[in-house]
Amino acid sequence: MLESAFKLLEIFIIIALLIPIAAMLVWVERRMIGIWQDRLGPNRVGPGGVLQSLADLLKILGKEDWVPQFSDRSVFIIAPVIGAVCVLMSFAVIPFSPDIGVSNLNIGLLFFLAMASLAVYSVVLAGWASKSKYARLGGMRAAAQTVSYEVFMGLSVMGVVLLTGTFNLREIVLAQSDTWLIQSQFVGFSIFLIAGIAESHRLPFDLPEAETELTAGFHTEYSGLKFALFFLGEYLGVTLISAMSVVLFFGGWLMPEPLASWLPPLVWFILKILFFVMFFILLRTSLPRPRFDQLLAFGWLVMLPLALGNLLITGALKLGGVL
Amino acid sequence: MFSQVRTIWQVLKHTFTKADTVEYPEQKPYLAPRYRGRIVLTRDPSGEERCVACNLCAVACPVDCIALQQTIDEDGRKRPEFFRINFSRCILCGFCEEACPTYAIQLTPDVELCEYERHNLVYEKEHLLIEGPGKYPDYNFYQQSGIAIADKGKGQGVQEAPPVDIRGLMP
Repeated sequence: MLESAFKLLEIFIIIALLIPIAAMLVWVERRMIGIWQDRLGPNRVGPGGVLQSLADLLKILGKEDWVPQFSDRSVFIIAPVIGAVCVLMSFAVIPFSPDIGVSNLNIGLLFFLAMASLAVYSVVLAGWASKSKYARLGGMRAAAQTVSYEVFMGLSVMGVVLLTGTFNLREIVLAQSDTWLIQSQFVGFSIFLIAGIAESHRLPFDLPEAETELTAGFHTEYSGLKFALFFLGEYLGVTLISAMSVVLFFGGWLMPEPLASWLPPLVWFILKILFFVMFFILLRTSLPRPRFDQLLAFGWLVMLPLALGNLLITGALKLGGVL
Repeated sequence: MFSQVRTIWQVLKHTFTKADTVEYPEQKPYLAPRYRGRIVLTRDPSGEERCVACNLCAVACPVDCIALQQTIDEDGRKRPEFFRINFSRCILCGFCEEACPTYAIQLTPDVELCEYERHNLVYEKEHLLIEGPGKYPDYNFYQQSGIAIADKGKGQGVQEAPPVDIRGLMP
């Protein structure tokens, strides 16, 4: 009884920290993009602008929460919730540190992949229920893009599973106590990262919401709190993909010895996540958006063979006893 | 693919470049003397109004924000009886300055034209007139235009030649 109460408390604390962190990321992103574009970014609200997200939140809560008459009402309302919930659910299997982590699920990696696939429904249903051309085009693109990139996202992490022999994320981290998997799985990591960007539809793979062509894509018709949920889902998604990259390829909370004793494991984990979040933001500022057929061709003709080849060679090397 | 990596690297290098932003209310940017901002009416070096109320500025104005009425004073000078610019319409295009034959109407590098009440943006002559000659310190219309006023006949100005005899046969 007491144990489950502690577990609930732990879940509550993790959620209560994740959501403000995702909100802060909005400010971090705008600030970093500003710096990289030789601007300043938002720096007026609070010291250095840290309270910008709070101001944004207040503003967005003040907006009219409008459901268009032509939309499919119930689906329209449930779609953003699905997105945010699926991403939050994925955090259940992330091992934050040796002691922190909601669930020690023995199929944690599969659970993550399943939740990533479910999150597509949010975008597809939003596009469908809006019954407007931009939203529908965005939803269609999201469906095609996510289905294609999911395939080799799964394949790219199979190399990790082959080498560690487990789907449990905590054990995957512990298996990296000697060497991080990035050394042997660099190709797998690159594929996973690219697929992860596509899954969280961030630039340069943000075709479902491509502003220049589709107004705002699948969330064109959304406003107020529901729009905020999409936003939350997107930034949680960025954090999630960063966290998964760290867990799968960069040793999670582990650090080589002289460094490990300087800071607690949780801090190392967060620092590593932050590094990847920064990388995501850097990609967003620097890369242009591909055309949609280029995106799909890149997925099926380049990434899929690469992922399969990576899996084959990893398997062969594992059998040969090299790795 | 390589060019994309190169792009990322080049953007990353911008982490250490200085931002170009001028944080406006605290830090004012330099505006050139010929910047097109708030409109003023200037005076000639002797301190008289330059404006002769010829209406060319009002004609040139693409948004019709200038209104004025000509009057002739006892000293023979033409002056605007009233001169009104509606700055809520004005687009600061500077056409009035180009049209002005006497350098009277000039644009200044002041752009802070905000009011809480819209009617406060309608400037009358007393708001527009400044004390100095503006951008052309030496120009004095009545000293070179050959127009007679009370204290000066035709051709008696500093830069004027005496009038020709229009009935004479000499070239």
